[in-house]
Amino acid sequence: MGDLRPDFVGIEALPGDLAEAVLGQSATPETVAAFRKELKLDLPPHVRYVAWLGAFVRGDFGNSLANRRPVADLISWRFANSLLLAGVTALIAVPVAVILGILAALYRNTVFDRLISMATLSTISFPEFFVAYILIALLSVRVALFPSIANINADMTLGQKLYAICLPCLTLAMVVTAHMMRQTRAAIINILASPFIEMANLKGLRRLRVVVLHAFPNALSPVINVIALNLAYLVVGVVIVEVVFVYPGLGQLLVDSVSKRDIPVVQASGLIFAATYVMLNLLADVLSIVSNPRLRNPR
Amino acid sequence: MNNPLLEMKDIVIEGLTGDAWAPIINSLDLTLRKGEVLGLIGESGAGKSTLGLAAMGYARQGCRIASGAIVFDGQELLGAPASQLRLIRGARIAYVAQSAAASFNPAHRLIRQYAEGPVQHGLMSAAEAEENAVTTYRQLLLPDPENIGYRFPHQVSGGQLQRAMMAMAMSCRPDIIIFDEPTTALDVTTQIEVLAAIREITRRFDTAAIYITHDLAVVAQLADRIMVLRNGDLVEENDAGEILAHPREPYTRDLLAVRSFRKRESDAALKKEVILKVEGLTASYTGENNVLEDIDVSVHRGRTVALVGESGSGKSTLARVITGLLPAVNGRVVFNGDVLPAALKHRKREDLRRLQMIYQMPDTALNPRQKIRKIIGRPLKFYFNASRRQQEARILELLEQVELPADYIDRYPTELSGGEKQRICIARALVAKPDLIICDEVTSALDQLVAEGILKLLLNLQRQLQVSYLFITHDLATVKAIADEIVVMLAGRIVEKGPKKEILTPPHHAYTHRLLACVPEMDPNWLDRLLEKRPAA
Amino acid sequence: MTALLKLLRSAPFSARLGMGMVLITLLAAILAPAIAPYGETAVTGDVWLPASSSHWVGTDNLGRDLFSRLLFGARNTIAIAFLITALSFGVGTVWGFLAATVGGWIDQLLSRGVDILMAFPTLIFALMVLSVVGTSIPALVVVIALLDSTRVFRLSRAVAMDIAVMEYVEAARLRGEGLWWLMRHEILPNAMPPLVAEFGLRFCFVFLFIAALSFLGLGIQPPTADWGSMVRENAGAITFGIYTPLWPAGAIAFLTVGVNLIVDWFLHVASGLED
Repeated sequence: MGDLRPDFVGIEALPGDLAEAVLGQSATPETVAAFRKELKLDLPPHVRYVAWLGAFVRGDFGNSLANRRPVADLISWRFANSLLLAGVTALIAVPVAVILGILAALYRNTVFDRLISMATLSTISFPEFFVAYILIALLSVRVALFPSIANINADMTLGQKLYAICLPCLTLAMVVTAHMMRQTRAAIINILASPFIEMANLKGLRRLRVVVLHAFPNALSPVINVIALNLAYLVVGVVIVEVVFVYPGLGQLLVDSVSKRDIPVVQASGLIFAATYVMLNLLADVLSIVSNPRLRNPR
Repeated sequence: MNNPLLEMKDIVIEGLTGDAWAPIINSLDLTLRKGEVLGLIGESGAGKSTLGLAAMGYARQGCRIASGAIVFDGQELLGAPASQLRLIRGARIAYVAQSAAASFNPAHRLIRQYAEGPVQHGLMSAAEAEENAVTTYRQLLLPDPENIGYRFPHQVSGGQLQRAMMAMAMSCRPDIIIFDEPTTALDVTTQIEVLAAIREITRRFDTAAIYITHDLAVVAQLADRIMVLRNGDLVEENDAGEILAHPREPYTRDLLAVRSFRKRESDAALKKEVILKVEGLTASYTGENNVLEDIDVSVHRGRTVALVGESGSGKSTLARVITGLLPAVNGRVVFNGDVLPAALKHRKREDLRRLQMIYQMPDTALNPRQKIRKIIGRPLKFYFNASRRQQEARILELLEQVELPADYIDRYPTELSGGEKQRICIARALVAKPDLIICDEVTSALDQLVAEGILKLLLNLQRQLQVSYLFITHDLATVKAIADEIVVMLAGRIVEKGPKKEILTPPHHAYTHRLLACVPEMDPNWLDRLLEKRPAA
Repeated sequence: MTALLKLLRSAPFSARLGMGMVLITLLAAILAPAIAPYGETAVTGDVWLPASSSHWVGTDNLGRDLFSRLLFGARNTIAIAFLITALSFGVGTVWGFLAATVGGWIDQLLSRGVDILMAFPTLIFALMVLSVVGTSIPALVVVIALLDSTRVFRLSRAVAMDIAVMEYVEAARLRGEGLWWLMRHEILPNAMPPLVAEFGLRFCFVFLFIAALSFLGLGIQPPTADWGSMVRENAGAITFGIYTPLWPAGAIAFLTVGVNLIVDWFLHVASGLED
């Protein structure tokens, strides 16, 4: 419930009248009245909120102001596209990040670790579009390997789609991997410094056994947390990458609708993003509790 | 004499401070024969843990064994390949850490961690090892030995966990066990159980041991031989009995004398006015379970009341209620004849001034970002509105009173040692000219000699200024040294109270008796006698 | 002061590099009007000219000198990002310290409120709010500062919580000190190292965030020179093999990498001092 409030308050707090803002100062009083009627702006705020909420829950997002089409139609296939992009990225980024993170922690302070640490520090400092344009310049303009515009449509096969989204996936993967890797490394180093790891070493156990059986089960909880949080970040990260590659995803729709002030579309797509984000954060919390041995086996 | 089992020669261990290696252990020799228990004793910074770990050929992060020889059973450990060290660690030399709670892996059951060593070293099958574990748990008198191993570490109490770790150390029947302050974090009554377990292990299996501690009385019960270390150097080494009876070095003599000083029998007969009177006090953190139940305590001017109890007895909670940090559910606090409001924010500044507090950890009791000038000066400004010049004069006076040099006025707390910081805390309390100071475990974070200095200082100040102390402690040796009156607490209630003489001479209340009996004495036979007297378990 | 100099002298190569990068950017921003060869919005040549002696890094999509616009862009973007970060810290630390020091229902109220705000991804939230209130610079500053202050609140509350349980704070409470003294003299000085590091990180985040919004066309509006919108305006060039958008994008990366290098070192030093 709390999730729905802020943007509703936002609309209430709109300076001036929404109808005038959308239709422009020159709109005739009749057009404004009709518009207000359509948006039910003539009803009191709490009534509108309840009505809107009820419709939203039923999957009725209303109609777009820009082209009068139902918002749900506009959104559904774009949301699927965004999920495809985020999903493929996650498939690449998660294993790479976790493995590199563990390696960097195990070989701490070696050349390998320092290189990785410099590289990730730079990557997280780069804006996503910088990474994207460098990749375009290198892999699409210099060497024409991949398309610089990730245009996909419903008729394409999965293989064609995957080829089209190569560059956006790569961009996102690089950014997300850098974040995830740094956090994984920190989590593992934290575990390796615990007294029980020293104890395991003093019991004369093999290094592999210490890492796999003693460090790993305890590192699971923080690492899973890191993964889930970064997936949540990924969901938002798609917005910019979609705009760069003109990818027909939900993020691009959101940005377009914001500049057109197409409020119903902004609301619906924003809420879908937020809901996904909240779900993943929730998942992170639940998983880190489930994978924490102390919490899993209460006193 | 048979060959030594472990021989360490000319050991130099260095630690990394900043970018440079500085010595922690300066060229020490250590030998250990089969079945022998060697006590390593010293204050913090003596390097005793570092030396103990070096016996396994192990150095912690930021330390390195720079030179020397470590020969165990004919094998040189220093510079030996990791694979060779692995065969020895756990299997032939085992380690028992100070904090069992941190040293058990939270993800695995106790018995699995017990069995891991013998199975990995190829000594037994998993089933054999688990059977073995139950036997060892039984020998160490752990409750419910058949099932306790199937619990996770966080499901077992501190004293039991410490014994479970000793069982784990015994799992491969090692030749040597290194005990690194295994009882320091425990209450006295729990400590006895653990000491008994160590005695059992070393006697029954003829295991050699290195016992590391700061407490001479504890090591006296267990060790055959004692090495006294200080700042990485050997002060004295001799048979345990010899060291206790005839210490050669002044430092050893000081350590031995720690528990023997007593407050002068003050003019106890002279009853002065009551400063603090706590009446029928009941307190609770949650509103449901009472942490304190019906407490009555009074403190007279210029006298010391010691509040004794183990962790969880509610003694620190009582301090919080008296100071107003935790408003009482029931009862009242009468201070200088006036009833104090229950909550801190309703109290008058004048009342706050007259009731001061000194804490256990001088490290956290002083703001590290304030100079001594501000730490002591602020109360002067706050309570007396003293000018800068008046502040400075008074601060210098106080520094002299707590026996610190005048130039400390412009230092930060981090530039001071633990004992010096505690003296600053005392000065900060005194500057308010209080009637009563609550001392919450003020010596338990300090080394024994330093602690003794603080206690003597507090007594001197009391004589000069007629200030009263409410002295909260778990350490009966401290109580014996400084109290006029004793209040014994258990589980939020007062068990017994009265003048020191009365409480310390029998007949005691059963719990007081147990507490007193559990305080180690500088007598090598004390533990034996105590265990004999107990019903056979 | 001498301690600071000593610290700076002990800085490793990476940190010195970072300081150099930040210094160059700051100088460019401060001296922009003095050293820029052309005006901020002056059209001086053909569209997307290559680098030459008269246009050091070429011209942009409207034929304005890119180098001059980079300099002015530094000025605008850094100033706004700094303003937002300072604002968000002012709000975040005061409320965070307050929540930690007072506790009780005030803490509950503030923390739950922040939980709700933080449940939304910042970018989405900002987009939704900006779609309603419109994209003016004051709106941008207030909205981002407010959203960002929730992160500052979380951190400063957590840091202050750790400090508030220290006995020296309790000693000050027992002395009868007021809330302001506790926050200003007992908590703040000890919270400085993590807060300073966080300021660097938040500045980077805000800076990237504004750049992203401008890149999406919803941040700083043309013709004001701003690195994010400059990327957007010149984005089309890349497909023709003209690398104009890489200059402003690279400039953004240059500054954030610099700040991150310093923060990384600072965190390392601060954690080393604690143990």
